Amino acid sequence: MNPLDLHQTPSAYLILAALLLAIGLFGLLKRRTLVGMLISGELIFGAAMLNLMTVTRFFAPDPAIGQVFILFIMGLSAAEVAIALSIVIAVYRNYKSIQTRELSEMKG
Amino acid sequence: MNSFPFIEYLLPLIFLAFVGATIGGALLAVLTQWIIRSVCGLAMASVGLAGMFYFLNSPFLAMIHILIYIGAVCITIVFAIMLAEPDEPDAQEQASSLPWTLGAGVVAGALFLGLAWLGLTADWPTPVVTGDGSVESIGIALLTTQSLALEIIAVVLLVSILGALAIARRGRHKA
Repeated sequence: MNPLDLHQTPSAYLILAALLLAIGLFGLLKRRTLVGMLISGELIFGAAMLNLMTVTRFFAPDPAIGQVFILFIMGLSAAEVAIALSIVIAVYRNYKSIQTRELSEMKG
Repeated sequence: MNSFPFIEYLLPLIFLAFVGATIGGALLAVLTQWIIRSVCGLAMASVGLAGMFYFLNSPFLAMIHILIYIGAVCITIVFAIMLAEPDEPDAQEQASSLPWTLGAGVVAGALFLGLAWLGLTADWPTPVVTGDGSVESIGIALLTTQSLALEIIAVVLLVSILGALAIARRGRHKA
């Protein structure tokens, strides 16, 4: 494999997507606040999009279908951010904190 | 042929720059202690991902990705940071959770190695390409064969906006 053709090899994109997923998962486990976990979740969304886009570009008969699907994922992630941030604001109003350690009781 | 020297290295260099922005931004988003830097890392990773989309023959998705992720998602998170104070706990408390961090690193590393091995060794098909993946074909697919996806995402966005308004409204009068 010629190193100059790295941007045309599917393995490079697949490995980058796997790395993004791993970093996002690590952040999801490590973060102690809701906003930090939300950002890690966005990284995982990005990994999924990059993976789908790679498969669409290299291994699918019609490249348009996968791009429609990625638009779908982007809409879902935008909706997720809107809902999650409104929950964060509501939690902060009740607890004056959004650290997950202090959110151990369900009754508000 | 090309008068400019090293012109064949230009494209791989740009590609590597976008890969570096993606990985560096993701690491910054996960590892930093201040959450506002974490948002900056997310924006940087989004720029890198948009570059990846451009290299994957989809400039339309690259534009949409920058528009949504940097223009909408990051700005919304910054607003939430201004309203709440979501900084990570201080370093003393973090040091006590070192085994937990190590465990998370081991899990994430195993996941990365497994997925990378799968991606490298899988027997990928090479089908006959029928479409060109242009913006025109995406628009036609959205309005004909894939119109259900458009309808569903419209309903999802409407419901999520209504839900966000309802959740954010509750408790305002009580407090």
